[in-house]
Amino acid sequence: MPEAMIEFREVSKAYGASIAVDRLSLDVPRGQITVFVGPSGCGKTTSLRMVNRMVEPTSGTILVDGRDVSTLPAARLRRSMGYVLQAAGLMPHRTVVDNIATVPRLNGVSRRQARARAHELLDVVGLSQGLADRYPAQLSGGQQQRVGVARALAADPPILLMDEPFSAVDPVVRQELQRELLRLQQDLGKTIVFVTHDIDEAVLLGDRIAVFAVGGRLAQVADPEELLRAPADEFVAGFVGRDRGFRHLGFYDDGGLSLDETPTVALSQLGAMAPAEWTVILDGAGRPAGWASPVSPGTVVTGGSLHRAGGTLRSALDSALSSPSGRGVVVDDDGRFLGTVAATAVLAAAERRRAAVPEEA
Amino acid sequence: MEWAAGNLGRILGLAGQHFVLAAVPLVLGLVISLPLAQLVRRHRAWRTALLTVSSVLYTVPSLALFIILPVVLGTKILDPANVIVALTVYAVALLVRASLDALDSVDAELTLAAQALGHTPVTRYFLVDLPLSLPVLVAGLRAVSVSNVSLVSVAALVGMPNLGILFTEGLQRDFVTEIVVGLVGILVLALLMDLALVLAGRLLSPWARLVPASVPRRRSRA
Ligand SMILES: Nc1ncnc2c1ncn2[C@@H]1O[C@H](COP(=O)(O)OP(=O)(O)OP(=O)(O)O)[C@@H](O)[C@H]1O
Ligand SMILES: [Mg+2]
Repeated sequence: MPEAMIEFREVSKAYGASIAVDRLSLDVPRGQITVFVGPSGCGKTTSLRMVNRMVEPTSGTILVDGRDVSTLPAARLRRSMGYVLQAAGLMPHRTVVDNIATVPRLNGVSRRQARARAHELLDVVGLSQGLADRYPAQLSGGQQQRVGVARALAADPPILLMDEPFSAVDPVVRQELQRELLRLQQDLGKTIVFVTHDIDEAVLLGDRIAVFAVGGRLAQVADPEELLRAPADEFVAGFVGRDRGFRHLGFYDDGGLSLDETPTVALSQLGAMAPAEWTVILDGAGRPAGWASPVSPGTVVTGGSLHRAGGTLRSALDSALSSPSGRGVVVDDDGRFLGTVAATAVLAAAERRRAAVPEEA
Repeated sequence: MEWAAGNLGRILGLAGQHFVLAAVPLVLGLVISLPLAQLVRRHRAWRTALLTVSSVLYTVPSLALFIILPVVLGTKILDPANVIVALTVYAVALLVRASLDALDSVDAELTLAAQALGHTPVTRYFLVDLPLSLPVLVAGLRAVSVSNVSLVSVAALVGMPNLGILFTEGLQRDFVTEIVVGLVGILVLALLMDLALVLAGRLLSPWARLVPASVPRRRSRA
């Protein structure tokens, strides 16, 4: 069994004189999420579609599980891979269950069995059974996208190809779907190729990220941490964005971050005190309820994100920067107050961690 | 009115013949046009050729066709086959265009989705393209159905029994009631056939009337 589930070997696709994909060589590891990311028109969709032969390469070979896809019958090859499109691509004349049951039906599974499987999948993707007999037009965008994922999973294919599956829904729903996909992937362990032009989505979902550059050139393949820390060239650095330094803090845990003692006061005692400095107010269970300010005694100043001990330096820094007192509030897993941390201390910790990671050659 | 009541049996008989002469070519036309449309769909040149031929065919006057066909087919002048063949020609002429429009109306994104799911060309045609093009196809069928009902009455001029006969007879005998009954009969028949098509369309594609609650935005492909 080859290590890589999908192997691109010197694959090119030209449309007339224009090159959509330029000598792509890439291994897609088994059981992981590989993200294709890059600006519009750089050949992500074309590369994805060559895997299931919706597009035939001009030259080069693609191996799936060690077999050259050009030697496999196209329709059967496609049924062995789930495909999720941007706008769900659900059949408007078929109900939700029948949409989900499509590939098993094409594979010759009986209608009853295929429908039973479809009902199971409604649960898997977090849709209520009540939606089973609706038509796609009667669903919200997010629900349609979930049905699209269920349909792709129906025949239990080892590979999922997803082309900007969440880009047509609003940001809140998108986050929900992204989390859901990660949860699903923990249980299913599919080999997923996920196309997006959103670097944040790529970093969130990808075990590995392939950055495509204009002209269908593969610019870098790396895991998310490495991509943000050591972009291969100017193009990748520009594409991963200006605040990549801040986002990269998300890859460092807060080990070694020392907490400062800070005066505290019980919520019930608040009225009697005039604090000389910023003081953390604690509720009966020892959880932070806000800050007592030296400027306006007797009031509870709220705001500032909490940093949970064991989280990332990104969360610690955000907590410090967003706090009214300039000090981040650190809590334990049950939300009880542990101490505070200053932004400078977080940055010092980040500096030490950076020094500990060897520079890429 | 007494005349109509007194001749009800004959009127209904003529209506039945009228219906058969109009409906059979409609069905035949559909059965011929759909595969033709599918054949030429992907070839620009063939497509243009077929559409041109069908436009030309449609301009042949029906009366001429009713008279020429017996000579060509070797049938008697009053053989219903003449009318059926003639109207099938017109139906094909109209339905080829309607079928092409109908198949073209299927969202390209869905065609792509069907391909990605692993449909073969055959399963895709019957399970995706055809059902999705039904609403547009029904619109085409309705136009042909009305046109057929009116063309059948022209065949009454050469003596073919149908509701149009009441018309020619009424004129000859200067009997207005009979003309009116013929007219109303033709109208009612056309309306009933139209109604049947609309109902069949709704029954076969209940999804088509759903107002999308929320359809994800589609970015145009690069
Ligand atoms: N059928 C086609 N005929 C001609 N050119 C095409 C065709 N399909 C894609 N291209 C071209 O190939 C290039 C790559 O297209 P592709 O769809 O793979 O880009 P993409 O990275 O998926 O972009 P996006 O983020 O906008 O979806 C583009 O320049 C596009 O115009
Ligand atoms: Mg694309």
